[in-house]
Amino acid sequence: MKLTINGAVHDVDVEPEMPLLWVIRDELNLTGTKYSCGVAACGACTVLVDGQPVRSCSFPVGGVSETAAITTIEGVAQGGALSRVQQAWIEHQTPQCGFCQSGQILAATALLNEIPQPTDEEIDARMSNICRCGSYPRIRAAIHAAAKA
Amino acid sequence: MTDRDNASPESDETPAAETPSGRPPRKGPSRRLLILGGLAVGGGVAIGAGLSPFSRIDEQRRLAGRPGETVLVSALRIAPDDTLTVIYPHADMGVGNGTALAQIVADELDADWDRVRIERAPAELAFANGALGQAFLRGENEIPAPMAGFAWLVTRRIAEEMRLQITGGSTAIPLTGMEGMRHAGASARYMLTRAAARAWGVPVSEVAIEGGRLVHASGRSAGFGEMAEAGLAFTPPARLPLKSRGSYRVIGKPKQRLDIPPKVTGEAMYSGDVRLPGMLFAAIRACPTPGGTLASCDTSPAEGRRGVAKVVTTPTAVAVLADNFWRARQAVEALDPQWDPGANRSLDSTAVIAAMKASAAGEGLKKDHSRGKAGVEIAAAGDKAIERVYTAPYLAHAAMETVGCVAHFKDGELHVWGAFQDALSAKYQAAKTARLKPQQVTIHHTEMGGAFGRRGFTLDYLDHAIDIARQTDAPVNLIYTREEDMTHDFYRNASAARMRAVLGADGAPTAIVHAYAERHDPPDASHFPYALENVEVRYSTGDNAAPWGAWRSVDHSVQGFFIESFIDELAHEAGEDPYTYRRRLLSDDARSLAVLDAAAEMSGWADNLAAGSPRKLGISIRKSFGTIVCEVAEVVIRNDGSLHVPNVWVAADPGLVINPNGFAQQMESGVIYGLTAALYGEINFVDGAVKQRNFWDYQMVRMADCPRIEVKIIESGAKTGGAGEPGTPPIAAAVANAVFQATGERLRDLPLAKAPIRAAV
Repeated sequence: MKLTINGAVHDVDVEPEMPLLWVIRDELNLTGTKYSCGVAACGACTVLVDGQPVRSCSFPVGGVSETAAITTIEGVAQGGALSRVQQAWIEHQTPQCGFCQSGQILAATALLNEIPQPTDEEIDARMSNICRCGSYPRIRAAIHAAAKA
Repeated sequence: MTDRDNASPESDETPAAETPSGRPPRKGPSRRLLILGGLAVGGGVAIGAGLSPFSRIDEQRRLAGRPGETVLVSALRIAPDDTLTVIYPHADMGVGNGTALAQIVADELDADWDRVRIERAPAELAFANGALGQAFLRGENEIPAPMAGFAWLVTRRIAEEMRLQITGGSTAIPLTGMEGMRHAGASARYMLTRAAARAWGVPVSEVAIEGGRLVHASGRSAGFGEMAEAGLAFTPPARLPLKSRGSYRVIGKPKQRLDIPPKVTGEAMYSGDVRLPGMLFAAIRACPTPGGTLASCDTSPAEGRRGVAKVVTTPTAVAVLADNFWRARQAVEALDPQWDPGANRSLDSTAVIAAMKASAAGEGLKKDHSRGKAGVEIAAAGDKAIERVYTAPYLAHAAMETVGCVAHFKDGELHVWGAFQDALSAKYQAAKTARLKPQQVTIHHTEMGGAFGRRGFTLDYLDHAIDIARQTDAPVNLIYTREEDMTHDFYRNASAARMRAVLGADGAPTAIVHAYAERHDPPDASHFPYALENVEVRYSTGDNAAPWGAWRSVDHSVQGFFIESFIDELAHEAGEDPYTYRRRLLSDDARSLAVLDAAAEMSGWADNLAAGSPRKLGISIRKSFGTIVCEVAEVVIRNDGSLHVPNVWVAADPGLVINPNGFAQQMESGVIYGLTAALYGEINFVDGAVKQRNFWDYQMVRMADCPRIEVKIIESGAKTGGAGEPGTPPIAAAVANAVFQATGERLRDLPLAKAPIRAAV
C-alpha cells in the first residue's frame, strides 16, 4: 500500500491491521513519533492525517487512504525552518524530558489550524495529551504565543 | 597518587554467578543511601574540587577527546573555534541539569555562553563523579580546617572508586555543580591565563578574561581555542579561589536549556529509537507477581508468525523477537505462559495498609528520632491527646517513555544503548548479568523519557534485555508495553501514620508523637520543621514484599502529607489560622518564615480569612533536598462533588538559583507530578499482582485539570539546594487542607479524589 508522509510517497507491505504508529516507526524509521500507552489514552503518538490529529497507536494503517497527507514531527519544520509552534515551544522552554512533545506539538498545530486564536477553554478541551513532567503551563503559554506569531 | 589510575581497578572485578532477571534489584545499600540519604543534606566544606583532580585526566582525554580539540580539564573540551563543550557526569531526566552545570563552569571561566555546548560523560570509571561520592563520605560533618587538604584528598580518592554517576536526590547542582564544576571552571581559567601569559611574555596577573577571550592591556587577545593546547603545560592546584556570589555573570541568568531544540523536532533519540543493522524488537511478558517465575510456556502460538524471528524464555519471563515491535507484541500476547507466583501469590495492598495502620498503633516500633519527653506527655494526656491516622497508597512512576533498552552481544563484548540514572552503575550491573568484565561492556547514552527514580537502582529492564540478547546474535531493542511497565514497576511504598499531640494553653503543641510505616530515605524526611520541645518519631518496617523504588522526593512524598496535614489539624483544634499558626511555630527560622510569608502573600491569603470568602485555600511547607518550598493551593468543589485545583502559588528558597527559568520549571513539574499522585495515584496489589494497567485506570492530571502555577524564588544565600524534587512534597497536604477549608471534611487517605466530597455549601 502507498502512504504519503511529509510529502513523500512510501510503499509499504504490512498487515492492514498494523497501527499506523508502527508503520511510521518500525517500517519507515521515522522515530520522532512515540509509543507510550498503545490505547489512544495519552497522545504521544499523535500525527496529522489531512490536518486532523490522530492517535496513531490505535489507527490501523489499512484505514488510511492512499491520498491522505500524513504529517509527523519530522515534517513540521519546512525547509529547515521551525514552525511557529516549534519556535514558541523553544521560546517558552516547554519540553523537559521531551518524550511527549512530538505529539503535543502536532496536537497544538492542529488546534491552531482550526482555531487560530484559541481561548484557555478551547486549549483545555483540545489539548488532552499527557505529559508526566508537567509542561502543561508552558504548552498553554506557547500556544497563545504561537497564535500571535 | 598519580599512577594509581593506570592500575585499572576494573580488572579486579570478577564475573558474578548467574542470577535470573526479575531478581530483586541489587540495591547496594551504600549507594542507595548515598543518593537518597546522605546527599540530601550534603556537606559544607568550602573546598571547590575539580571533577577529577588526579591523573584520570589522561584516561579522560582518551575517552572524551575529539580530533583537533583539547580536553583541558575533565569537564571541559575546547575546539579551535572556541566552542566549549562541558562534559557532565549525570543523566538528564528532563530537568535541564546539563545546562545548569554548564552555566556554573562558564561563569567561573567567564566564558562566552553562546559558545557553550553540553555532552554526557562516558559511562567509564575515569568519569566517576568524585564530588558526589565525596559528599556522601563526608556526610553532614565539616572537615576541620587543618585537616581539610588531607581529608579531601583521601575522601576524593575513595569516592572515585565508588563508581558513581548517579542522578537523583536533587544533587547535581548542589554537589557536582557547586563543588565540582566551579572548580573545573577555575582550573581552566588557571591554565588558559598562564598559557597566554607565557605566549605574550607578560605576568599572569596582567592577563584577564573579557567577553570570553583572553586579553592583555597591550591590546593582545586570544580565544580559548588558541591557548588550549598550551594550557595543558600547567597543572592547577587542588584548591583554587572561586568567585563570590556577587560576581556571578552566568549563574542566576535564565538561560535557554541546551537540550531543548532536538526535543521539538523529533531528533532526540530515546532507546526505542535506536536503529542498528539486523536489529530485532523484543516484547516481553514477565511474571506478574514479584519474585515469581515462569513455570512453563508453549511457545508455538508465537512461532511462524509474520516477522517473528525467535521466541525466548528466561527464568522469569517470555519474550518474542520480531522485525517490528507491534508484531513482537501481538505474538507474545498470543501466548499463555504459566507462572509460579511464589511466596507473594497473595500479596494484597489493602491488607498491607491495614497492617501498617495496626503496626503504627502498636508497640515495639523502632526509634527514628526524639527530643524531650513526648511519649510521657502524650501518655499523661490520655484521652485528651489529639490522635489522627493517615494513609498513602503504592504509586507507580509511569514516565511517558516505558522502560527498555537495547542490548547487543558481539565479538565477546556487550553494547547497551539506554538511559540510566547512573550509567556507570548500569555498566557494572550489565557486566555481572552478562558474566563479562566491566571493560567488555559499553554503555551508549540515549535520552531519557522521564524517570522520577525508576531508572536509578532498579534496572530490571537492563537485566531482561541482556538475558534475551544473549540468546541471539542480533541487537535486541526491548520495549516494555505500558501494561508491563505499570505492573512491573518498583513502587513508592504505601504508608500509614498515627500522629498524636497535646496542645498547651496557647494552642501550640507541647508534645507530638509520630508513628509510621515504612522508613526508606532520606533520613530527615520524618522531621518536623517546627520548634517543638517534645517530639518522638518511631516507625515500623512494615511489609516489603512489594518491590520498592525511589519515587520523586522519596519519603518526603508521604511525610509531607502526614506532617503538614496534622499541623493543619492542630491549628484548627487551637482555633487559629493555619498560616499564622505555622508562622508562630517557625518564628526562629527566618528562611522558612520568608518562604511561608511569600506564598501567603502571593495567594492573597489574608482575603481568604475574611468571612464568607469564596476562595478556599490550603497551605503546606516542607524543606527537602536543601530547598524550602511553601505551596498554597486553591480548591473548588464542583456541583458533582469533584475536586478541582485552579491555582497553586509556590514560594521556594534554594539558597542560590543557577537558572531561574529552569528552577521555576522544576517547581511547576514537581507540583503537577505531586498533584497527580495526590488526586488520583493509587496502585493496588490484588492476589499478588498489580491491578492498574494503563492510563485509563491510573489517571493523570491533564491540561484541563492543571492549575495555574505561580512561582516565586527567594535566594537567601544559604547553601545551594536541589530543584527536581522539592516541589513535590508539599502539594498533597496543601490540597487536602484546602478541601477542609471548603467543606469542613478532613481527607486523611490518599488519593484525595477517591473520597466522596460534598459540594460546597
